[in-house]
Amino acid sequence: MSTDVRLRVDGVEVVVPAGCSVAAALRLAGHVSTRRALDGGGRGACCGMGVCFECRVRINGVERLGCLARVADGMEIVCDA
Amino acid sequence: MRELSTEILVVGAGPAGIAAAVSAERAGARALLVDMQAEPGGQIWRGQWNNATDRAARRWLTALRGSPVATRYGLRLVDFAAPGLAVFDGADGPLRVRCERLIVAAGARERLLPFPGWTLPGVFGAGGLQVLVKNGWPVAGQRIVVAGSGPLLLAAAATLRKAGAQVLCIAEQTGAADLARFAAGLAPHPGKWLQAAALRGRLAGVAYRCNAWVERAEGTERLESVRLRAGRSVERIACDALAVGFGLVPNTEIAQLLGCELRDGAVVVDVHQHSSVAGIYCAGEICGIGGVDQALAQGEVAGRAAAGSGERPRALRRDCARSARFAQTLRRHFALRDELRELATADTVLCRCENVRYADAAACRSQRDARLQTRLGMGHCQARICGAAGEFLFGWTAATPRPPLAPAPLTCFTEPTSDPEPPAQESA
Amino acid sequence: MNQDVVIVGGGIVGCAIADRLARAGVAVCLVERDVLGGAATAASMGHLVVLDDDPAELTLSSYSCALWRELAPLLPDNADYRTTGTLWIARDAAEMAEAERKRTRLAAAGVNGELLTAQQLAACEPALAPNLAGGLRVAADAVVYPPVVAAWLARRAVAAGARLRCGVAVSAIGDGEVVLDDGSRLRARHIVVANGCSVPELLSGAPVRRRKGHLLITTRLQPQVRHQLVELGYVQSAHGEASESVAFNVQPRPTGQLLLGSTREFDAPAGSVTPRLIARLVERAVEFLPGLAGRTALRAWTGFRPTTPDHRPLIGPWPLRAGVWLAGGHEGLGVTTALGTAELLAAQLLDLPLPFDAAPYAPGRFTSAVASHVH
Repeated sequence: MSTDVRLRVDGVEVVVPAGCSVAAALRLAGHVSTRRALDGGGRGACCGMGVCFECRVRINGVERLGCLARVADGMEIVCDA
Repeated sequence: MRELSTEILVVGAGPAGIAAAVSAERAGARALLVDMQAEPGGQIWRGQWNNATDRAARRWLTALRGSPVATRYGLRLVDFAAPGLAVFDGADGPLRVRCERLIVAAGARERLLPFPGWTLPGVFGAGGLQVLVKNGWPVAGQRIVVAGSGPLLLAAAATLRKAGAQVLCIAEQTGAADLARFAAGLAPHPGKWLQAAALRGRLAGVAYRCNAWVERAEGTERLESVRLRAGRSVERIACDALAVGFGLVPNTEIAQLLGCELRDGAVVVDVHQHSSVAGIYCAGEICGIGGVDQALAQGEVAGRAAAGSGERPRALRRDCARSARFAQTLRRHFALRDELRELATADTVLCRCENVRYADAAACRSQRDARLQTRLGMGHCQARICGAAGEFLFGWTAATPRPPLAPAPLTCFTEPTSDPEPPAQESA
Repeated sequence: MNQDVVIVGGGIVGCAIADRLARAGVAVCLVERDVLGGAATAASMGHLVVLDDDPAELTLSSYSCALWRELAPLLPDNADYRTTGTLWIARDAAEMAEAERKRTRLAAAGVNGELLTAQQLAACEPALAPNLAGGLRVAADAVVYPPVVAAWLARRAVAAGARLRCGVAVSAIGDGEVVLDDGSRLRARHIVVANGCSVPELLSGAPVRRRKGHLLITTRLQPQVRHQLVELGYVQSAHGEASESVAFNVQPRPTGQLLLGSTREFDAPAGSVTPRLIARLVERAVEFLPGLAGRTALRAWTGFRPTTPDHRPLIGPWPLRAGVWLAGGHEGLGVTTALGTAELLAAQLLDLPLPFDAAPYAPGRFTSAVASHVH
């Protein structure tokens, strides 16, 4: 994990360690909640293993789970998917 | 749509799936191993692929590297277009895999139970936060409460501490007497005992409280504190994260979709790990929670059997029997207490996806009734979380899963128009 | 315990009848073997639509849709009643001519429809494919979430004095009584059989066949569709005798989800999802709504519609046993016509003036076939 990866979260560039998950990258970038529930409440990563779907975000335009996806250079991540 | 073909498709690259795929190849069959994570290891061996510190993990991951097993990661099984034709979804779009036989090693998930505040950011599964941390989630300097039930809490706390977190306490809902009996029951399993002792050593100074559970998580936009009940006393603990899990639940959805028979929430298999459906083998936690040793033994049996080598060597039979006894010990001593059914209030969200209130669900006759009347379980997670909770809270039987097993692009369901890819082995 | 009427089946039809009779002061007991609105009702799209290809169907569906409009203000929010209207879509000139004929037939029944040119269609629903010929917009049609309405009707019946027994099945019908599967019996002067596809289990020879259907729903997203969209070829699919057919039929849910139909299959015994039919359903939908290709499927499921040989429901006295009534065989129109069915059956049972001629729906129209089947 020596190298860094550059990606954009909601249009803002962030630099995170290579090899980390998108969920971790979002947390490192300061995002505590990454989606709004139906009642407007904030939600963030929870189960960590692709089960609860709370950490879903749009990665390069496609809905994906932050906990399963790995960061990659140039990735465009949009929260509140 | 991309398409591959293989003799044996192994779904899930945790210990059971790795052992199954490697053993199938050793027995002379072609195997393709697929997992939805970015690398092999499952939950228990998360992060071991590039830096194996666990002995068994090193042995099996090395074996996987050296074997001709074809592998594909970052792909989630969403449906079967026909028997023996699995449809996966991944970042590069759908992939179809034709196979002659299937080994399902989908592992387990944590049981999460509703209590006020459990949907706040900062509340995680116990194993959940552990695996997040293994993939770079930052916890250094954070104050964390670990709670719930089962031996996983120790492992999670150890990982968090190693990553620099301040573990404030470990709250185990089981009583001291049961814990002592569990510890005594480990005697025939020296490996487990050593593991537990080592974990305890790494957690020196961390308060371990029996008969204790989190009643409520508090905070506005994120978790700020928890209320911990221990016997008659309640204590408010300010913290940055809560890692809370109530044991494990087998991921039986794939097997159920294929019509495999279940008993007590686990897939029914014979001594060869063959399910009730011809050509479908199951191994590991989906056959009943039993830990990594059981997963490896069952994976080996399943891989050999699916490759046509039905004989089980004596050592393997012994491993299976021993790990089955451990599984029994585990189940007996970490039964969930009744008070946990009373944590949710009327307004507590039970279904996190569709925001269904506890009271609205509780008014229903069955999970199916709740689905129809309240939308419980109708969202993204397909009742994986609220289904397991409803089972514990109301004694409901989980509804049969329906395709797709996870939300997937509509293009996964149309007929492929492109030419098939070459066989998996050539492009691996 | 004695009651005037036992109703077998807590689908939307049985619940509507229970509600109608209970509010008329009749002592009713509604028996549902599982959960309310859990079978064909749960598998329905909940499209409240006037269909006109058969005069009897036009009468019943237009009468029922008017009753739905009266009921709508009383329904709870989660019944999801929305006046989306129906957009009947024509692909070519021949279908456009059919749209014109449809408009004329609907107008004769007092239902307004508005013909749309290709440009007007595109303006009305921009997500539709550009190569379509036009359409017919029936603004008064609506959509609803049927299981919630079924349960609501049952609760209203209970509030009016009805008894509700869920989780117990009727295993047989005797003279003036039904036998429950727990061995007990319920006596009643009248027995109304409204258990959908299971009608023949209780009334041997009843001409009801199961016709399987598939549905698929997407995840939530900003709505791109406002009307229930149906291709004009739908009626052919619905009323044809082909063993398998697929028609474009898409509904915007208030959640922002899109509900995709519809398939029809005879003689498909298993309730499992057939991937080939899901593929056809999706491909058909994408032909009309190209933007769908990028959306995410959340869930697919199946259900069975109870059909009759002439595609008309069976509403009225069962000719082979006095005191037994039938309300079933509604195929894909059970939700639309539930309220009208309840009115028509209640009028016959209570000897009130009929809202319209009951003869086209009389179960007795198949008596000779039934009798030969029984013998």
